[in-house]
Amino acid sequence: MDLYEYQAKDLFAAHGVPVLPGHTVTTPADAAKAAADIGGVVVVKAQVKTGGRGKAGGVKLAETPEEAGEKARAILGMDIKGHTVHRVLVTQASDIEEEYYFSFLLDRSNRTFLAMASAEGGMEIEQLAVERPEALAKVPVDPIAGVDKAKAASIVNMARIPAEVADEAAEVIVQLWETFVGEDATLVEVNPLIRNPGKRIIALDGKVTLDDNADFRHPSHTALVDQRAENPLEAKAKAKGLNYVKLDGGQVGIIGNGAGLVMSTLDVVAYAGQRYGGVKPANFLDIGGGASAQVMADGLDVILGDPDVRSVFVNVFGGITACDEVADGVVEALRILGDAATKPLVVRLDGNNVEEGRRILNEANHPLVTQVDTMDNAADKAAELAAVSLLGA
Amino acid sequence: MSIFLNEHSKVIVQGITGSEGTKHTAKMLAAGTNIVGGVNARKAGQTVSFHGKDLTVFGTVEEAMKETDADVSVVFVPPRFAKDAVIEAIDAEIALLVVITEGIPVHDSAYFWAHACAQGAPPRTRIIGPNCPGIISPGQSNAGIIPANISGPGPIGLVSKSGTLTYQMMYELREIGFSSAIGIGGDPVIGTTHIDALAAFQADPQTQAIVMIGEIGGDAEERAAEFIKANVTKPVVAYVAGFTAPEGKTMGHAGAIVSGSAGTAQAKKEALEAAGVKVGKTPSETAALMKEIVSSLS
Repeated sequence: MDLYEYQAKDLFAAHGVPVLPGHTVTTPADAAKAAADIGGVVVVKAQVKTGGRGKAGGVKLAETPEEAGEKARAILGMDIKGHTVHRVLVTQASDIEEEYYFSFLLDRSNRTFLAMASAEGGMEIEQLAVERPEALAKVPVDPIAGVDKAKAASIVNMARIPAEVADEAAEVIVQLWETFVGEDATLVEVNPLIRNPGKRIIALDGKVTLDDNADFRHPSHTALVDQRAENPLEAKAKAKGLNYVKLDGGQVGIIGNGAGLVMSTLDVVAYAGQRYGGVKPANFLDIGGGASAQVMADGLDVILGDPDVRSVFVNVFGGITACDEVADGVVEALRILGDAATKPLVVRLDGNNVEEGRRILNEANHPLVTQVDTMDNAADKAAELAAVSLLGA
Repeated sequence: MSIFLNEHSKVIVQGITGSEGTKHTAKMLAAGTNIVGGVNARKAGQTVSFHGKDLTVFGTVEEAMKETDADVSVVFVPPRFAKDAVIEAIDAEIALLVVITEGIPVHDSAYFWAHACAQGAPPRTRIIGPNCPGIISPGQSNAGIIPANISGPGPIGLVSKSGTLTYQMMYELREIGFSSAIGIGGDPVIGTTHIDALAAFQADPQTQAIVMIGEIGGDAEERAAEFIKANVTKPVVAYVAGFTAPEGKTMGHAGAIVSGSAGTAQAKKEALEAAGVKVGKTPSETAALMKEIVSSLS
C-alpha cells in the first residue's frame, strides 16, 4: 500500500525523523484555521499518490490564513494525473539552504535492501539517476546488520552530504531505517531532505510503501487505507476477502484460480478480443485454492455488479481445487444470485475431477452457462458474447 | 535424473500437524514421496498417522535430521511463524528447503535469505519459494503441493513463478512428461531463481528441453534471458503472463507488479526473444512450441 505524504510524515514523526508541523484538512475553512494555528508562512500541499504535484500547481505558499484558504480552495478538487485531490496538507514553510535525496528500498534483483542518497535532491530521482548517476550513491544494506550510526555515516559520506551536517544527517538516516524496518515498508523516500538555515535536517516530503503481507503485525496500518479513493468494486471484493483488481475499459469479467493463471486469462481474453472489435478483460479475480460455492458466489456477485461487464469467463484449472466443487460453486452461486445474474457465463474446467465437474454443469443446464473445453476457445467465446452484447446495447 | 529432488530424497514436513500440512503430507505420501517425519515444537514426540504410515513429530529440524537422515524439508508454517521455521532449517543445514507459505512479509524473506547467504556461497541450504507450489520429479518424489497425477516422467524441465500455470503447462504437455517441474514462487524475494533452475536443467541428462514461465514484476526473466544466451544449449520455450496488467497494481502475487516502466511482460518477452527463446502468446501456444521441439528431438 502506498501512503499519502501526510501519513508518511506521521510515521516519520513516530520514529523520530524531524518533520515540520502540519494539519491535513479537507475544506478551505479548515485550511485557514490550520494556517492560523501553525502561524507564519505555510505551504498548502495536495495529497495525492502521484509525483509531479508541484508542476501541476498542487503545492502553493500562503502568507496568511485567508490566503491558505484560497489556495486550498484552488487545490481541492484538482485533478493531478487522474488523481482527484480530496485533502491538503497545511504545513509550516521552511527556508531551504540545501536539498538532498534519500531512500531505503527493497532491491528485488539482489534480494536485499538498498539505500540511495544524494547531495543533489529536489529533482525527480529517475532524472538524477540518468543525468548524473555519479551524484547518486547506491549502498546495499544487509537485512540482518541493518543500519547503525556508522553505516549511516558511510552512506552520508558516499552521498557527499556536507561534513557540517553529516552527523545530524546520519542520525536521521538511522531513524528512517527504523521507520523502514519498524513499519515493514518496501520504500521510504524523502525528497527533498533539506538543510535549513539553522543547519537542521528536515524531511520536507515523504513517500512510503507498506508491505500488505505484514499487516498481521501492524493492526494500526488498516486505518491508513483510504476508503474514499478505493474503487467501490475493489472495496466490496476486499470486504469479502477476494483478491480483485478492477481494470479500466474492459467488458469481460474474469474469475480464475491462481494469480498466474488469472493474469494469463486476462491476456488470452485480450488477444481473443482483438477479433471482436477490441473487447478487453474487465477485472482480475483470483478465487485461490479452495473455491467453495460461497467464494464463487461472492466473486460472481462482485463481477455481475460491474456495469462494464458484458460476459463472464470462469477459468479454472483444478490442481488442488476439485472441478466438481467449482461446478457446484457455479451452480449454487447462480441459485443464490437468482434474477440478479443476467450476464452470460463461459466456463472452462480442466484438471482434478474434471469429468464430474463438467457433468454437474451439463446437468444443471443453466441458460446463462456455456461450457468450453480449452482456455483459448473459452476466451474466444467470452469475448464474442461480450461483443454481441455490446452490439445489442 | 531430475533436479534438486529425486527418489532418494528423504522429506520432512514443518507444520505437519496444521490443516495444510496434514492435507498435503497425505498427498505427497500418495505420490510416493519418502516422508520420514514432521516438525512441530509444541507437539514433539507425538505420532501422526497417514493410511497406516506412522510419522514421528520432532521438536526441531535438527533432531528430525539426526533421527531420519532427512535432506529435504517442506514448510507449511503460517506467515507469522515462517521466518523462525526457515531459519531453524537453515541452521540445521538441510539441503533443500521448500517454503510453500504464502503471505510472508518481505522483510522476513530478505532476512532469512541473508541468513542463508551468511552460511557460505552458494548457501548450503537451497531454498525454493516462498509462496510457491514446490517441486516435483514425477515418478520419484514430490515436495510441495503440485498435483502428482497431472503428468508422469519425461524429458521436459519446467520452471515457473506461478503454481496454476505450472499445473496448466504440465497438463498441456502430459503426454511428453517432465524430468522436474519447479514452482519458484511469486514473491519479490525468493530463494531459487529461474537462472538456478535453468542451470540445473542444462546439467541434468534427463532434461532435453526447458519450459520457462514468467510473469510481470522485477527483472528475473530478463536476467534469465541473458543467462540462456550465454549458458543454455538445450532448447527453451517461454511464456510470460501479465501483458494486460495495469501499472502500479499488485496482481495476486506479492511480486507481480509493474512499477513505472519496469517489470512489464512486453520487456520480458522481448528480452527472451532476443536470447533466441520462442515465447508463446498463450499457455497452449507455448505448449505447442514445446511439442514441436520434442518431436524434432526424437
